[in-house]
Amino acid sequence: MAPTDTDPGTRPVVLDVFRFLPDAETEPRFQRYEIPYQDDHVVLDALNHVKNEVDATLSFRWACRMGVCGSCGMMVNGEPRLTCEVFVSEYYPEPIRIEPLAHFPVARDLVINMEDFMEKLPTVTPWLVPADPKPVEEGEFLQSPAQLAAYKRFSMCINCMLCYSACPVYGLDDTFMGPAALALAQRYNMDSRDGAKAERANVVTSHEGIWECTYVGDCTRVCPKEVDPAGAIQMAKLSYATDWVKSMLLPGANR
Amino acid sequence: MDVPVHDVLIVGGGGAGLRAAIAIAEENPEITVAVISKVYPMRSHTVAAEGGAAAVIKGNDSLDDHAYDTISGSDWLADQDAVEVLVSEAPGEMIQMEHWGCPWSREPEGEVAVRPFGGMQTERTWYAADKTGFHMLHTLFQTSLKFDSIVRYDEWFVTGLVVEDGRPQGVTAIELKSGEVHAIGAKAVILCTGGAGRVYPFTTNSAIKTGDGMALAYRAGVPLKDMEFVQYHPTGLPGTGILITEAARGEGGILVNRDGYRYLQDYDLGEPLDLDDPLHPQKRTMELGPRDRLSQAFIHERAQGRTIDGPHGDYVNLDLTHLGERTITRKIPMVRELAVRYVGVDPVTEPIPVRTVVHYMMGGIDTDVEARTLLPGLFAAGECACVSVNGANRLGSNSLTELLVYGRRAARSAAQFVGEAPDVSLATLRTEQEAARQRISDWLSTGSSGDDTVAGLRSILNDTLEEGAGIFRDESSLQRACDGIRDLKQRFEKVRLTDTSATFNYELTAALELENMLDVGEAIAHSALARTESRGSHQRTDHPERDDERFLNHSLAYQTDREPRIDYRDVVITRWPPGKRTYGTD
Repeated sequence: MAPTDTDPGTRPVVLDVFRFLPDAETEPRFQRYEIPYQDDHVVLDALNHVKNEVDATLSFRWACRMGVCGSCGMMVNGEPRLTCEVFVSEYYPEPIRIEPLAHFPVARDLVINMEDFMEKLPTVTPWLVPADPKPVEEGEFLQSPAQLAAYKRFSMCINCMLCYSACPVYGLDDTFMGPAALALAQRYNMDSRDGAKAERANVVTSHEGIWECTYVGDCTRVCPKEVDPAGAIQMAKLSYATDWVKSMLLPGANR
Repeated sequence: MDVPVHDVLIVGGGGAGLRAAIAIAEENPEITVAVISKVYPMRSHTVAAEGGAAAVIKGNDSLDDHAYDTISGSDWLADQDAVEVLVSEAPGEMIQMEHWGCPWSREPEGEVAVRPFGGMQTERTWYAADKTGFHMLHTLFQTSLKFDSIVRYDEWFVTGLVVEDGRPQGVTAIELKSGEVHAIGAKAVILCTGGAGRVYPFTTNSAIKTGDGMALAYRAGVPLKDMEFVQYHPTGLPGTGILITEAARGEGGILVNRDGYRYLQDYDLGEPLDLDDPLHPQKRTMELGPRDRLSQAFIHERAQGRTIDGPHGDYVNLDLTHLGERTITRKIPMVRELAVRYVGVDPVTEPIPVRTVVHYMMGGIDTDVEARTLLPGLFAAGECACVSVNGANRLGSNSLTELLVYGRRAARSAAQFVGEAPDVSLATLRTEQEAARQRISDWLSTGSSGDDTVAGLRSILNDTLEEGAGIFRDESSLQRACDGIRDLKQRFEKVRLTDTSATFNYELTAALELENMLDVGEAIAHSALARTESRGSHQRTDHPERDDERFLNHSLAYQTDREPRIDYRDVVITRWPPGKRTYGTD
């Protein structure tokens, strides 16, 4: 039997892709591409098919195509997704709308400008400040599997920006430090080797920090690595509030 | 923008580059340092390393054992002074990573845990579950943020090394956001750009692994060393080439052919033990043999029709089902995540289909143990460099260690160099900047004439190398690869560019990457043609034996106007005279 355009697998994949060329255009537009269907293709593969075979002017970031470098986050039918982790078959044969991550300025096509995050990140002291420093010659700091497990989840962030794209607070007010940066601060606060929780308070508990979060939880819902930034922020709120109460009741108890 | 000048400029923001940057900021704060990278540092391919990093730390282990495993694993092509440096500085570097917060997996009492790895006689591979590279890269990146003194040029693509008076003066580079071409001055340049797996069609490497630093050095007259040695990893997912870590075998996973038979026992890798034997998995035996031998065994099995036919080529099965859900989830969660997502197989209940896949370049920019190249002021570390600690075959979990040890050494050497170096020539930098700008702008305005696309030529290059310089090669296949690459270089001169935009022009950068890949491919094919012996990952079917009389030496490929010139330099032997490589019979 001859294939018809209603047969699964013979109809093309329809991609409606956000295009914006700042050198040449004042307004963004959508461009439709129709490409052959392959059931094992992820959305990133479809975009690469376009780039290699159809239209080399389409710009998007990607690198590892295995969900760990964090480059290829985009809006797929309105949801922030890692395009290397979302299969075309999830939408096929319906058209797939692909846009740059929401809440960020668009640099070109599907490429966002994420400099805001890169500037915020260092302000939360996202590195270990040993509570009890010692030279390398004295060996490793001991950390039990349970102590490791306490923060491990919050150390899994790949900086893919999906959570910023989902966060309604960040969407309204980009002075908010945002989910990934605050989760990382909490990751170090919870590390048994670290002693800089009080230092981080300046930024983490500032007006732009944890108290801005209204606990919608969309960051956790869209996180591709199950980091649970919403949970991290809630834990930080509780932890810093407890410290504050203790400091009121027992001056000097936290130092 | 005027020409910014730094004392040291590091090209590449992965593990080696960040380790070098931190070393300079911490140990030589009077020296100014910048990191330039075509991607944000946390996108660098170090992020994808899974299994772990080797360093002697436990009482049952010794530096000499680590050195012996590495040297025999290299088929005696590693320089033994470089290996001794690697193994002796490794423990300190790994503890330093721990002090910087790397979330190493732990033993019950809180010490770091280690796991067995291929070709290693003792368990000495430190790991952070099976996302070791990810955790190391993010630990290094986050630690680097401590230092305001480290200047970063994120998403800048280096187009050339500026050389004058016999030393580097800096680089020319495109700022991807604006498309502007700049010059950046530096008294010393450290290349840390990683590997070049993308010259092959099927690779674990990310899209950015196009050998950029190797090509920069090669074009500046620095030789590329041992480029014929390309590591195929035995366990990649069919179709995508996504890596399934060797840690899966370190934890006890087995490889079986279409008959469910543990075929490695037929390839001089020892005898299999029962899966419930407490000694399974045996080190330096069967599934814990070295990668070159396991990948070659796969090709032999396939030739005899004992692999399994799949939609993306033949495969064998990596069976983890006997490990149980708890071990898989606790020790190798990413293996499960990747297998479920990309091939629809849950390794708790079903074997994972796997096949050989290009993974690592043992060869690279020729350096000495101080990470110096033959061009004073130019240094290199990590996969883009060849010290050589990996020789003809790298052992799994030595490369993450190498990028720390030699990244720091490169920083130290560069710091020493800038103390005595004269100022850079701004006039030269401006001239080179203008030349680079002119070339790009001419290319963008006239580049639409040819018939060949960047993607089209890249695909031909990929097939040319796989067919000519794959796991098994011979004179005629390699000659075809050399001829094919020469032809591709000519076609590349007229490659068609359709994107004329300045902002994030990834067609332009792909073309520049392809230009780099053509140079790297040329060095691979010609070096492999010239080495008429078989050693480690370089298997010549027309010269099947190792030939220590003629080839206990490193190849050095120099670019010329025509074919590359191949010279040789003797391997450094200190305490381990060349011997027979034996596995499974200790």
